[in-house]
Amino acid sequence: MNSSPRDGVAIEFRNVSYCLDGGRELLSQLNLEILRGETLVLLGRSGSGKTTTLKLINRLLAPTAGEVAVDGRPTTTWDVIRLRRMIGYVIQDAGLFPHFTVERNIGLVPKLEKWTAERIQKRVEELLQLVGLDHQIASRYPRELSGGQRQRVGVARALAADPPILLMDEPFGALDPITRAELQREFQALQMRLQKTVVFVTHDMREALLLGTRIALIEAGRLVALNTPQAFLHSKDPLVASYVDAFRTDLTTPRN
Amino acid sequence: MNFWQFIVQNHTEVLELTWEHISLVGISMLIAVLIGIPLGILITRWPALNKPVLGGANIIQTIPSLALFGFLLPVPWIGARAGRLAVLALTLYALLPLIRNTYTGIRGVDRAVVEAGRAMGMTDRQLLFQVELPLALGVIIAGVRIATVLSVGLATIAAAIGAGGLGEFIFRGLAMVSDQLILAGAVPAAALALVADLGLGWVEKRLSPQ
Repeated sequence: MNSSPRDGVAIEFRNVSYCLDGGRELLSQLNLEILRGETLVLLGRSGSGKTTTLKLINRLLAPTAGEVAVDGRPTTTWDVIRLRRMIGYVIQDAGLFPHFTVERNIGLVPKLEKWTAERIQKRVEELLQLVGLDHQIASRYPRELSGGQRQRVGVARALAADPPILLMDEPFGALDPITRAELQREFQALQMRLQKTVVFVTHDMREALLLGTRIALIEAGRLVALNTPQAFLHSKDPLVASYVDAFRTDLTTPRN
Repeated sequence: MNFWQFIVQNHTEVLELTWEHISLVGISMLIAVLIGIPLGILITRWPALNKPVLGGANIIQTIPSLALFGFLLPVPWIGARAGRLAVLALTLYALLPLIRNTYTGIRGVDRAVVEAGRAMGMTDRQLLFQVELPLALGVIIAGVRIATVLSVGLATIAAAIGAGGLGEFIFRGLAMVSDQLILAGAVPAAALALVADLGLGWVEKRLSPQ
């Protein structure tokens, strides 16, 4: 990779605000650089603007002010279909198509990209293995899977066309604690291998500390702190400290 | 002479009128489906059209059927033939359930699923044909079913303007105060409605995502 200092930046928010039609501001003056290969966690309580931030990246929402740049280009100048196909998207409860088998769900983007049937099938098998699912599951429908299996399929589907960027919106939020811990560990291992640029939304501080290379704390539509997990835990900033304190009781065994 | 003897004796006419009845309903339903379902899809895309379209279909529904047949009589090409007129009236009546069910069916698809599709870079057309319509199909077929059953009943009125169908027996029976004649129209019409209801109910069940 060569010289330009921007090279390491995958996604950039420049003075981004987002208002609803009625004028209520969900996100205000956000400035944020997300680096290639990092896992940036957007942490905050419900309604703080985390999901809004995420949806601004793949242009499910367009900023009312400022701009979001992906690979240096504002999302509003991208062909939105191209943009979205290079960004994987995983949501809570997976959002799988209930009328598609696991195989068709995972192979969706490759199919839209007109891969050959043979290549799709090979890719699906590869991905099932990657997320730790038995290939026999391929012909099942989402309703026949457990929550953990569905979420794995959701991750496989997002990775199908090998997008450089992955957006994850509380992907493990609907799982029981044991399955959640399992998937978090697997995600960590997976990310170690794949080195995607990941933007991960959660309200779970433990998850943020475990998975994030950096944590962005969002409160009432504003970015209030941006730190590595270590620095986050020991921050003297009163807002961050109060946030950490509120979760402290939960954190019996910090892993970082 | 009882009802069954009457049916057996006049079976050619019974069959002929039944066939006419089926044609009236079949043709008008076909046209209504071709107009109503695209209209229902359209108003999910342009919410501004929602009120005028559904409102218009609603108003048509409130016009008494005999009056509607009357209103349409002066319409140039349509009014010239009773068959055309009946088909048009039946088509208009069938629109509301078709538009409404298509609209609510598509709007009822899990928003998270639709958004996931959009986020994966599906175009609006791909989203419609691969996700929204397949998932809304059960509700849309339910609309076709309601409209068809409604049409089978309404088509009996078509005889009042000379468009034929099983209503012929009913109106003739009313004029001649003959129970047999009325039943000879009403019973096959009711049977048709039942068959359509059961048949489309089966289709609806098969096509609904579990």
